[in-house]
Amino acid sequence: MPSLSKENPGQSGAIRIQVALIGCNHRTAPVELRERISFTPQQALQAADELRELGILEEAVVLSTCNRSELYGVPGDAHPTPAQAMEEYFGSFHRIPSKELEGRVYRWAGPDAVRHLFRVAAGIDSMMLGEAEILGQLRTAYTQALDHGATGPVLNRVFQGALEVGKRVRSETEVGTRPMSVALAGVKLAERVFGNLKGHSALILGAGNVAEQVIECLRNRGIGSLRVVNRSFDRAAELAKKVGGEAVAWESLESVLGLPDILVTSVSSSGPVLTRELLERAIAARSGRPVFVVDLAVPRNVAPEAAGLYNLYLYNIDDLGEIVEQNKKARELEIPRAEAIISEHIAKFEAWRAALEAGSIVDDLRGQFHRQREMLIREKLAEMEDVSPDERARIAHITEELIERVLEHPSKKVRHGRGMRGRLAGLEALRHLFGLDEDKE
Amino acid sequence: MAQQLGYLSLALYLASFLCYARILYAPNIWVGRLATLLLACGIVAQYFSLYERSRVIQSVPYDDLYGSMSLFAWLLGITYIGLEIFHRQRSVGAFVTLLLVAWVTGLGFIAAGAPTVRPPARGPLFAFHVTLNTWAYAAFALSFVLSLIYLVQDRVLRSRRLSAAFWRFPPLDVLDRMARSSVYVGLVALACGVTMGFVWEHRLRGTYSFGDPKVIVTLAIVVVYAAYLLLSRNATWRGARAALLCAMNFVIVMFSYTFVNLYLTKFHRFF
Repeated sequence: MPSLSKENPGQSGAIRIQVALIGCNHRTAPVELRERISFTPQQALQAADELRELGILEEAVVLSTCNRSELYGVPGDAHPTPAQAMEEYFGSFHRIPSKELEGRVYRWAGPDAVRHLFRVAAGIDSMMLGEAEILGQLRTAYTQALDHGATGPVLNRVFQGALEVGKRVRSETEVGTRPMSVALAGVKLAERVFGNLKGHSALILGAGNVAEQVIECLRNRGIGSLRVVNRSFDRAAELAKKVGGEAVAWESLESVLGLPDILVTSVSSSGPVLTRELLERAIAARSGRPVFVVDLAVPRNVAPEAAGLYNLYLYNIDDLGEIVEQNKKARELEIPRAEAIISEHIAKFEAWRAALEAGSIVDDLRGQFHRQREMLIREKLAEMEDVSPDERARIAHITEELIERVLEHPSKKVRHGRGMRGRLAGLEALRHLFGLDEDKE
Repeated sequence: MAQQLGYLSLALYLASFLCYARILYAPNIWVGRLATLLLACGIVAQYFSLYERSRVIQSVPYDDLYGSMSLFAWLLGITYIGLEIFHRQRSVGAFVTLLLVAWVTGLGFIAAGAPTVRPPARGPLFAFHVTLNTWAYAAFALSFVLSLIYLVQDRVLRSRRLSAAFWRFPPLDVLDRMARSSVYVGLVALACGVTMGFVWEHRLRGTYSFGDPKVIVTLAIVVVYAAYLLLSRNATWRGARAALLCAMNFVIVMFSYTFVNLYLTKFHRFF
């Protein structure tokens, strides 16, 4: 594990940029501990403030989700052992003894910390590989820290890179495309038949937890209308009210069976609730338009022989489970492609960091001034034929001295200014104002 | 010049196919747009190739095998790009551009060496008649491809063995609508083309040759595709059965385009 070390910039004048991270996630800590170390949005900002006030970090972002709590930062000049201090602060903030955190907290520094963040953004460090929610959570955590003034040039660069990585991995690989839950797999399969679900309707048989999950997925995918049928009408009405649908009495099931394009069943029953004949009549009532049936119940609610009906697509819990399993494997196969995107962005960040760190900006600037000076002298002296070689040498000497004098002040400011954040901001400004990146390109 | 432009259009179709295939494998909005742009450029290049040919023979190039096949490919490309824009769906592009590449390459092998035939002057009405009928055939070819994809998708959905590509193909509903749009284009083009043919013939001879095998088969094509459009809305037929019917109808189109043209008709014998 890399250590968090840094040179003293006050002595050498060089800046050493280091991104540091400590945290716990679903792999290192059980849910009981994760509950205790999570941060509310207010607490995240408070922690970022305190870490900076204590001089542990110059820039800080706290990322806290149900599966992870992580502190990202750029260690300041004052603290000799920032990782230790971050971990101590982490424990003290949540009033958890350090012994309890032992072996649960991971620490990363430098490119490893950046890689970890990029993997988090890509969803390949998530409990459910490729899940999309983490990218939104990361964006929110970063935006709040940015608005609060807790970030600086380094974390801005790293987090913006992470958001780009997350976006690219999801658009250029299959890591996040295939459904990973039975409910979502059912809904996505329905989209393979109907396309956009906006103008379509669904009927949900049952009002249990599974039904709620499916309804949530259908709502997220923009389903047009929803009907809920349950043996207990009160429960159906309650669920329908909650999701903005319509409750239908169990006795009226047959009369509404011809209406929906998507039929999801999850009721407890010892035998099939929907027989082949019933579904045949329902399809006839809807003029043969296709119907997609998802049977999530065990024992099955739909008679297996109904699968042979024309324009009826039937999937049971095992079919969907198998699809989810296939998708999981397919997503895992995409990890190398996601890692390649991550490595590409790490290399970009490292190039930016190295350019700032080596103190090369002042040298770059000096080089640019000298090139312009030489061009100008050559151009002007060519027009002045009566200038002697001695005078030419003096002009050259004076202009060289002028450049050194002009650069003296910014050079000092950049090397010995207060705080790494201020110096980095100055370096970034120099690079931008004098177009040094463009020169290199 | 026409030949060089022909090669250029083939290269652009090939590049477009590679981009369409790429978005099937890993979707990317920019690669998708590039695929469409390359296809459009290929169509433009082929237009100039056909134009050069037309300039030399002073007519639409329909009288020789190369010209006729090239015109067919060009109209197929145009019809597809229109449908892609209308339905906002790129995922079948790989199949259509593959067909285009195969077709243009094939005609290069089969008919490139054939001499350019200068057809007798028959006037613009006749040129429209041939162009519109060829366009109808191209649209029917597209509906054939879309119907085949529909049937494969339907079978995959029923077998529950979903491959990686399955999630990238258009939904059944979109394929169905695209196939119907294509058939509408084909029927309108065919109706206009046939009408112009009759008008042209009546002006020339004062009669209508209803007994010509080409005319009979063409009217049969109108009937079977009109039946498809009606049945695709019918309770018993909508879905896979209608897609199968649409695919089968294309057999008659191919019969008309090849066997009838070559052996049966008197007035419509080309090449």
